[in-house]
Amino acid sequence: MTDATIDSLDPAAHAAPDGSGQDLFSKFDALIAERQALLDTGVKDPFGLVMETVLSPTRAIIQGKETILLGTYNYMGMTFDPDVIAAGKKALDEYGSGTTGSRVLNGTYQGHAECEQALKDFYGTKHAMVFSTGYQANLGLMSTIAGKKDYIILDADSHASIYDGCFLGDAQLVRFRHNSLEDLEKKLGRLPPEAGKLVVLEGVYSMLGDIAPLKEMVAVAKKYGAMIVVDEAHGMGFFGENGRGVFEEAGVEADVDFVVGTFSKSVGTVGGFVVSNHPKFEVLRLVCRPYVFTASLPPSVVATAATSIRKLMHAGDKRAHLWKNSKRLHKGLTDLGFKLATDEPQSAIIAVLLPDQQTTVVMWQALLDSGLYVNMARPPATPAGTYLLRCSLCAEHSDEEVGQIIAMFEAAGRAIGVIA
Amino acid sequence: MTDRDETFDKVAELIAPFNKKNAPLTDTTTFAGDLEWDSLVVMDFVATIEDEFDILITMNMQAEIETVGQLVNAIEQLRNEGE
Repeated sequence: MTDATIDSLDPAAHAAPDGSGQDLFSKFDALIAERQALLDTGVKDPFGLVMETVLSPTRAIIQGKETILLGTYNYMGMTFDPDVIAAGKKALDEYGSGTTGSRVLNGTYQGHAECEQALKDFYGTKHAMVFSTGYQANLGLMSTIAGKKDYIILDADSHASIYDGCFLGDAQLVRFRHNSLEDLEKKLGRLPPEAGKLVVLEGVYSMLGDIAPLKEMVAVAKKYGAMIVVDEAHGMGFFGENGRGVFEEAGVEADVDFVVGTFSKSVGTVGGFVVSNHPKFEVLRLVCRPYVFTASLPPSVVATAATSIRKLMHAGDKRAHLWKNSKRLHKGLTDLGFKLATDEPQSAIIAVLLPDQQTTVVMWQALLDSGLYVNMARPPATPAGTYLLRCSLCAEHSDEEVGQIIAMFEAAGRAIGVIA
Repeated sequence: MTDRDETFDKVAELIAPFNKKNAPLTDTTTFAGDLEWDSLVVMDFVATIEDEFDILITMNMQAEIETVGQLVNAIEQLRNEGE
């Protein structure tokens, strides 16, 4: 973050030109003022951080200081895996830096086909479709398969990409209370029995790190004849025997119609996907606009993804270490007196709840100054009124690092008065 | 008293617990402006309305409803469709 960037956001420096209409940016004035007031208190911008050098999945140089990374979703630590790096370099040499084309024209290379095969093997499904980001996978699925007379029934705390996919399409949208089986059933019961229905669930909800009661919810959705999609963005890699996600652990694989996922978390690169056994699934390649009207992933990216996905099939030891880390951090922070979003560790996300924006930013900065990076999250990304510091653990965090992390939280929390 | 008046009175009764400012309620009272409801309050309130009238108000419909009067009309319409 440079000072120049901050200055350029000063509304006074950008008055509308003479003779023109209203400045369309005036609607952001309240946000600009709120941000400036926060920065004027002397804190750094939590949304403008630069990683100057990245040393490993768990370490980077930030503001000249070696920092432990605890907010990357790099759950399985695959970003520096030697086999993954080698596959990417080879593809870069052999296929070039980019495809310059759509998947349906010149943008499907051998590597894209191999990446989709790796997904089919990983999930044990007949079909897999790779998108350029996880966001686009959700955008594409929601907007394409549910039409104007169909209903999408979604959790109120769904990720922005799910909401945006719904808004891109024409379907009738029905929201149920976060993780409420009762509310889901109530909404389904009030829908026309003959209407097409898509129930959208997530394995892990990424803001609070809580998981969905998928066994019960999938059963209810089936009872009302709905198709089911589960987003496993934060579940892939370490839930279930094969690391497929929370839906595998819940034993509902046979009843889930679509699984959406991303390469930008456990897989360690970028990209998104949908896997399915639906017999007509492949038609989506022709009708799904966020798939058709964008360039495909670069060859090096799909090569790294395919290699990483195949290694994640046999990552039982890493999964076990990640669970150990998550449980230890949850217990350590709880014992120190921090208020956490879940009473028990449910995933590799540990969210520390704080009372307001100012306290959250000050705590965030104190941690950063001591050499620890976590995510700061605020509404509208979080459920209403919630300010939190989100920690996501990595299988590559050593026991010693987890100990250091807990000590850093203790020191920062005491200094600021968040804990006694 | 017409059916619509009865529905309005029932809606007003259900708004009361969420009406922290004690804003006067007419057909033109707006939820976002006059009542200053945020999305969380809206979700709770919509659930209350849905349970009371045994209807379902989709997000698409909610986006079109800005005033108490529009809500009452929508409830009337949904109840008639259900019969």
